[in-house]
Amino acid sequence: MSTSITISNLSKSYEETKALDSINLSISEGEIFGFIGPDGAGKTTLIRILTTLLLADEGNAIVDGYDVVTDYKQIRNNVGYMPGQFSLYQDLTVEENLTFFAGVFKTTIKENYHLIKDIYQQIEPYKNRRAGKLSGGMKQKLALSCALIHKPKVLFLDEPTTGVDAVSRKEFWEMLNKLKQDGLTIVVSTPYMDEAALCDRVALIQKGKILDINSPENIVKSFPFKLYGVHTKNIYHLNNHLNSLKETHSAYLFGESIHWTLKDNYSANDIVKRIKENEFNDVSINTIEANIEDCFMELMTK
Amino acid sequence: METTVKVNNLVKKFGDFVANDNLSFEVYAGEIFGFLGANGAGKTTAIKILCGLSKPTSGDVNVSGFNIYKDREKIKRNIGYMSQRFSLYDDLTIADNIKFYGGIYGLSREKIKSKTDEYIEELGLQEYVKRSISDLPLGIKQKLAFLIAVIHEPKIVFLDEPTSGVDPITRRQFWNMIYQQADKGTTVFITTHYMDEAEYCNRISIMVDGKIEALGTPKQLKEDFKTETIEELFVQLARNAKND
Repeated sequence: MSTSITISNLSKSYEETKALDSINLSISEGEIFGFIGPDGAGKTTLIRILTTLLLADEGNAIVDGYDVVTDYKQIRNNVGYMPGQFSLYQDLTVEENLTFFAGVFKTTIKENYHLIKDIYQQIEPYKNRRAGKLSGGMKQKLALSCALIHKPKVLFLDEPTTGVDAVSRKEFWEMLNKLKQDGLTIVVSTPYMDEAALCDRVALIQKGKILDINSPENIVKSFPFKLYGVHTKNIYHLNNHLNSLKETHSAYLFGESIHWTLKDNYSANDIVKRIKENEFNDVSINTIEANIEDCFMELMTK
Repeated sequence: METTVKVNNLVKKFGDFVANDNLSFEVYAGEIFGFLGANGAGKTTAIKILCGLSKPTSGDVNVSGFNIYKDREKIKRNIGYMSQRFSLYDDLTIADNIKFYGGIYGLSREKIKSKTDEYIEELGLQEYVKRSISDLPLGIKQKLAFLIAVIHEPKIVFLDEPTSGVDPITRRQFWNMIYQQADKGTTVFITTHYMDEAEYCNRISIMVDGKIEALGTPKQLKEDFKTETIEELFVQLARNAKND
């Protein structure tokens, strides 16, 4: 597979804050690649450098064969970008926005309609409505259509699903998977750890540094501990209790259970037996597989 | 059990559009109540009413013992509120933010002083005291915003997506603070898009197209709707709405 994006020793600081600290990674053509990390991790800075909207302090990056500094004009013609904040023209209608973006790239809606058909059809009944009057989900579909209308080779999406409900998030990822089938390289950032599983490969990012780069399956496989799911009626109190034990390496609330790892070779069954004799007599445990969030937290605290 | 929020047949219309369609529910003292729904389901409209910022079209609403029609100003004074979008003044120092909010709620100078010391101690902010809020990492900022939202010891605090974008460890520390507050008897009324967080609530409601379609403990709801997780249940309910 050929390389779509190469990033070498990229660093960027804002005054004393290091937003990106020597980032190295490469992304293949036709891949869905995820930047996974919380706010302030450096995801937006990285995407802005790759889309030639921001200059790095050190290092370089190549996107689709072009250098982000010297060849910025070519890159701008060949990438699609959907920023985190809705940045279409609120006073223009749906159709006017799309016509405008097609015009900027010297193309027409007609010429590239096949690229956006699946997505645009869903909002076409509202094509005479002003963009500012659309619902959140419809705005997102319009923004994605506008980012695709010039047939980009690489699509950058900065937190497209932040603040979006679980159903709309699912639908958005279904759209991305369809686009991938057309050979588009997709770079997407998200603070939702569960979305990592929907990417081909991900970079886990925290405070400007990459914690790990791999496929979600391999990241999960490399979790270095035996992980237990712990159940009880009052998980909050049990979680505090587990955290106070000297044998505990980590104990985190996860929905209706606690994810628990142990130091050294302590036996979980022995500890549970002891706990049950005290106040938590309904505790039960089973071994479970780690998820991306388990891995992220483990890497964060390393 | 003491009731902090009592909503009966609440209707809110904007022109012909029915944003809240006959909502009825109660929230009890010391309860963590998750208020879930898809974007546009009508959550924000309902929260604005509960916070005394907007009047219902019809129906009865009682918050912290005050009636929504007669005592809206008293409701505002007796609740806490925190949102993801705006919480603290970035250009003010930590101490000034605490002083400002304490002042708004009419706390005495001594009380503000002791709260300031307490919060700085609790969050380990000694080195940040004289710095402006913008210097704080997001996670700490959100924790501080939460403490400030309950500075006047309200019976209920409304948290609107307080953990969006926060790293996974801080998100859990934030939930620890929520549990502690609830243990003290404060009612916590929370919205979130993280479905695992829905499982941490004592009870949740799921709104679809202006109506409450599910209400109960996470365990009970999963049994009733025969789903493995709250996420599954949420998707099931919200998808039905979109297919209408």
